[in-house]
Amino acid sequence: MKLLHIDTVYGGYGGADILHGTSLVVEPGEIVVIIGPNGAGKSTLMKAAFGLVKIRDGCVRFLDSDITRLRPDQIVRLGMSYVPQERNVFPSLTVQENLEMGAFLRRDDYRPQMEKIFELFPRLKERRKQPAGLMSGGERQMVAMGRALMLDPKLLLLDEPTAGLSPLFIDHTFEQIKRINGLGIGILMVEQNAKQALAIADRGYVLSMGRNRAEDTGRNLLANQEIAEMFLGG
Amino acid sequence: MELVDFLQLLVYGVVYGSILTLGAIGVSLIFGILGFAHFAHGDLMTFGAYAALVVVVALGWPVWASIPFAILLTAVVAIAIDQTIYRRLRRTAPVILLISSFGMALVLRSVVQLVWGPRDQVYVSGIQLPYRLGDIIIRPDHITIVGGAILLVVLLHLFLQKTRTGKAMRAMADNMDLAAVSGIDAERVIMWTWVLGGGLAAAAGVFLALDTRLHPTFGWHALLPVFAAAILGGIGRPYGAILGGLIIGIATEMSTVWLEPAYKPAVAFGIMVLVLVFRPTGILPGRR
Repeated sequence: MKLLHIDTVYGGYGGADILHGTSLVVEPGEIVVIIGPNGAGKSTLMKAAFGLVKIRDGCVRFLDSDITRLRPDQIVRLGMSYVPQERNVFPSLTVQENLEMGAFLRRDDYRPQMEKIFELFPRLKERRKQPAGLMSGGERQMVAMGRALMLDPKLLLLDEPTAGLSPLFIDHTFEQIKRINGLGIGILMVEQNAKQALAIADRGYVLSMGRNRAEDTGRNLLANQEIAEMFLGG
Repeated sequence: MELVDFLQLLVYGVVYGSILTLGAIGVSLIFGILGFAHFAHGDLMTFGAYAALVVVVALGWPVWASIPFAILLTAVVAIAIDQTIYRRLRRTAPVILLISSFGMALVLRSVVQLVWGPRDQVYVSGIQLPYRLGDIIIRPDHITIVGGAILLVVLLHLFLQKTRTGKAMRAMADNMDLAAVSGIDAERVIMWTWVLGGGLAAAAGVFLALDTRLHPTFGWHALLPVFAAAILGGIGRPYGAILGGLIIGIATEMSTVWLEPAYKPAVAFGIMVLVLVFRPTGILPGRR
């Protein structure tokens, strides 16, 4: 069974359509990357999966359920979490409180899950009492991913997780994404650092003008001359 | 000015500031969560004060014992107003909510006037023997007011820091969109915002009536200094409102050394204008 299936979706933010019959599949445990030029609708496609876009036509399925018309708070219950590109932490809340907010829907004891996340990001454990707003960009990204992992999702959506990070932190973040994936969690991400992202991806989608342009394994896309020239900066 | 006069005014200022603080916390929370300036807040204070009067007159309870009832009833009324009026306007422009709250202020004031009449009233008539600390005079009511305000602020602090809903409230004020994608139930947090805002407004109203006297418009007249306090503390930040309330309270009382007491609201207004011009994010350091 497919984890996520975005099937021929048309829609946008209420004005003209941004997505023109775009499709995408994530199989369980996969890392899937969406690449393409600015304004291609990459983030919009991901938001469409999470109920943040008005879908005019087409459908989105997550495991067994049709989630096309669901709100984000309903989707997150089903096991899909989303990390926005910007403003993705609660700045005045401490690191630990940020994680607690990720577990807001849990009625059971979420502490074992928090311990798991602290194992994944030891840095967060050290700084658990610090307000997230005072942390560096890379640390904030960990807080954001940690928050999204608190419900133990089956699929994690990451919108440009390395945007604005220093090269050192970019490598670090990709390492962490691989480790999260190693726990059996599917990853769908939009990335500007397309080469590095494709290098860790199982599969990639190339989007342009809200339409699918290409779809292949990460390795093949990297090796594809035409794609390289058009979207990977030569 | 002699030291004794200074300290006496400081006492009055802290008393008045405690009252403003309780009102300003609500204004600040509502702005942080719902994004609009709640103009009916002063009249919620009035309503709360009169709700306590019912208990004091009908049951003969002391004023402090009637406060929990006033808080509860005003919180219920605040939720009812939100559910019937403001909820329908959530997706509209903030200015529409602001104007509708202005209308709600008129409704509340009229209801109070219809039920309890337009004249001045007091909870308990008669003369209270003041305490004397040297030459400084402290009325028993002052102790009720400041003690009550401290207790309520401590309870609020524990709520915001220790409870799941309180943390969610801070999270929503921080980042509304992220709260939604985290699965935080916005409507539930909004309901609690009105419980806190309405409840604290009721306590502010009772304390203001203790300090002065009840009148159907007295909450409305307190709205300006309450807003000044909320803005001074950085609107949307409840902890700033505490500081803002005390500063406005003390500043307006101190101003009576140089100015006619009738100009007290003008002092609050002046401070508000200065803050808006020079530091619109409030005096607390940090973001926003």
